[in-house]
Amino acid sequence: MLGLVIVVAIILSATLADVLTPYPEHVGPVGDFSAMNNGPSGDHWFGTDTIGRDLLTRIIYGYRLSLTMAVVVLSISAPIGVAVGLVAGYSGGWLGYLLMRATDVFLSIPPLVLAMSIMGFLEPTLLNGMLAVTAMWWPWYARLVFNVTRSEAEEGYVLAAETIGASTAHILFLEILPNCWPSILTKITLDVGFVVLMVASLSFLGLGVQPPTPDLGSMVADGAKYMPDSWWLTIFPALAILLIVLGFNLLGDGLREAFDAER
Amino acid sequence: MPSDEVILHLRDVRLAFGKSGGATEVLHGVGLHVRKGEKVALVGESGSGKSVTARLILGLLQEERGVSVSGSIRFVGEEIAAGGDFVRDARGRRLTMIFQDPSSALNPTFTIMDQFHEVLRRANPGISRRAAHAKASQWLTDVLLRDPDRVLSSYVFQLSGGMSQRVMIAMALANDPALLIADEPGTALDVSVQAQTLKLMEELATRLGTAVLFISHNLGVVREFADRVYVIYRGRIVEHGGVEQIFANPLHPYTRALLRAVPKISEAGLPDLPEFSEDFLNPRMDHPGCVEPADEVAS
Amino acid sequence: MSAPLLSIEAVGKTFDVAGRHARALDSVTLEIVAGECHAIVGESGSGKTTLANLIIGLHAPTEGVLKWKGEALPAQRPLALKRAIQIVQQNPRSALNPRRQIAASIRLPLDVHTLYARRAREGRVILLLEEVGLDASFLSRSPRDLSGGQLQRVAIARALACEPELILLDEPTSSLDVLVQARVLKLLDKLRREHGLTYLFISHDLAVVRAVADRVSVFDRGRLVETAGVEALFAAPRHEATRRLIEAIPVVTEAEAELRDRFRAETLSKEGQSP
Repeated sequence: MLGLVIVVAIILSATLADVLTPYPEHVGPVGDFSAMNNGPSGDHWFGTDTIGRDLLTRIIYGYRLSLTMAVVVLSISAPIGVAVGLVAGYSGGWLGYLLMRATDVFLSIPPLVLAMSIMGFLEPTLLNGMLAVTAMWWPWYARLVFNVTRSEAEEGYVLAAETIGASTAHILFLEILPNCWPSILTKITLDVGFVVLMVASLSFLGLGVQPPTPDLGSMVADGAKYMPDSWWLTIFPALAILLIVLGFNLLGDGLREAFDAER
Repeated sequence: MPSDEVILHLRDVRLAFGKSGGATEVLHGVGLHVRKGEKVALVGESGSGKSVTARLILGLLQEERGVSVSGSIRFVGEEIAAGGDFVRDARGRRLTMIFQDPSSALNPTFTIMDQFHEVLRRANPGISRRAAHAKASQWLTDVLLRDPDRVLSSYVFQLSGGMSQRVMIAMALANDPALLIADEPGTALDVSVQAQTLKLMEELATRLGTAVLFISHNLGVVREFADRVYVIYRGRIVEHGGVEQIFANPLHPYTRALLRAVPKISEAGLPDLPEFSEDFLNPRMDHPGCVEPADEVAS
Repeated sequence: MSAPLLSIEAVGKTFDVAGRHARALDSVTLEIVAGECHAIVGESGSGKTTLANLIIGLHAPTEGVLKWKGEALPAQRPLALKRAIQIVQQNPRSALNPRRQIAASIRLPLDVHTLYARRAREGRVILLLEEVGLDASFLSRSPRDLSGGQLQRVAIARALACEPELILLDEPTSSLDVLVQARVLKLLDKLRREHGLTYLFISHDLAVVRAVADRVSVFDRGRLVETAGVEALFAAPRHEATRRLIEAIPVVTEAEAELRDRFRAETLSKEGQSP
């Protein structure tokens, strides 16, 4: 419940950023030079950065970016992974084996390292950052769905559908997939938090988003140089990351509980 | 031989799940008793409340939330309806249980000997491994398992269903319990294996003088095994009688329906029977000579 | 004498399990006649499940051939042939997709085989529900809310939706309560006669077999050891495996007890005769 509240609040504020934020013009490279590096105050609740840009504004726009990235990454990687998992889990045999070994290759490399190596080949842009994260995200869905499919394929309703003569496509997408939804949806909500962290990590390392685009990770990285004097430059973006990850985690937990109760 | 001593006595036991506002009553005043050396069957279908009765007697349900119990459950004279230390202590020693599926009731990560040792330690905490092994070995021979040493060093997945069932019987009787509760034993096994193991259980219980409360949905098995029978339907005992009485002359409409509905090897075809009839809810009928023990003076 | 609907000719099946060969079926020859209720009995490991799987086309036999109306059944069956042979499984809760409504499950065969106009299919589903003793209120319900007996009726309705010729019933009532079982068995019998169906009824419970079957085939360790009309089988079982099955059934009446004791005595005397 709490998770839902947090998530909805974040989504709303990100969507309505143009209207809600006090200084929407500070998204770009120009700030208020008269208020550079100020701590939290009445005018600037979270303070300003080194070139006078309002931190609260940039954080909310940062949320917008994070959410966009999460949506893009997950809406590409999840369907790919789910499809691979379904086919591999149901077919078994050499096809299943091949698909899952390919999945294993991706899974065996630490996610951040994989993303970094992909970024190493590409220009550090937002788009490429998203591509890198997508490329390493799908295997987790493949593995999850593979496992669920394997156990569901033993159930009587699958045998019934086969005996009736239903097509493989029907069995995969209309019989087995509906039984995978609880696991998939739970994972998606938890993953939003992780994608945000991943993108933030890449930006922190200078490999993702480039200035002046406000990104939570970059803001943490840039602000770290000024610790502990201008503490607000790092702490608030970090807390913002904490909040969005926490929110989605709680939402995911709540979903999982709801699905288990259904059972 | 059955004696007069009452080992287990349930009186007006009511059980409800859920919070006091919207609780669902599952048992509506169940009364039964088992005397020393007797084999008493509790027969019912799914949803009748027979399995929760067993859990109540063992004191397991009382430890969960949202469970309210009223009435009296006396085991060897002690009141255990509210659960508590006495029954917890008795579990595994004076009060044991065997389950429907032996393969899942035994722990797959320990050898049979490890588990037998645990069991024997309940009654005799200081028992050495060697002494336990000897005793376990003797028990496995008693349950007609050849090569007890091999069985003791095995894991449960290496044994057949019938063998695991015998191991479970041995473990349940090893500490010479006053009461053994058997919950649908052998239902997961083949018919002929089930028949053999039930016969074995009967012989051993008779030999040791153990009282047995036998829970089942299978009338034929009950007829082979029990001295007295309680028929339970939707949380109420509806009929109580000696085994010959019940089968030769069932009184309650539900019991009669059950007996007519069971397919018989001696006749073809099936009678036309309703799944439910109003008179299934008729009050309890006890056969002549079958009475609950008079209220013991609550001293 | 009707022509056999299904012929099982010298069928054998070997499985490779963990490097070992398991001989599940060995030279089984059997003919199923149209319109009969033919029981297949045996204990676990007797091969009856393997035979069922071969008949519905899950596996192909290692040796021998299965013939449908005189023609060999191909490994990949065409849709029309799949329709003709259907199954009702032992565990109805597993046999129905918990994430699909009852209506969708029963409708599946109609969609797969394009039976009836699309708009008429829901009406057909309601008719099928009524045939199995349920009603239209079950359309939008989920399997989770139904009892075992209700679920099995739905499974039967789904099998009927295919308008099959042969239905393989794999222990269809063994997970049901006694009173529910009696009603479901009666329902199955009524449907068979009304629709001219043929049943292959797999069971380990000979009392159920006695109640429903015309002919019985007894399996023991992968082999077919005896086939007889049901009365003949119970009057004079020839094979030891059959006797064992009869003797092991717990009985509820005196008549049954006498019958069983007679078999036991005969078995004992036969054992006494062999060296």
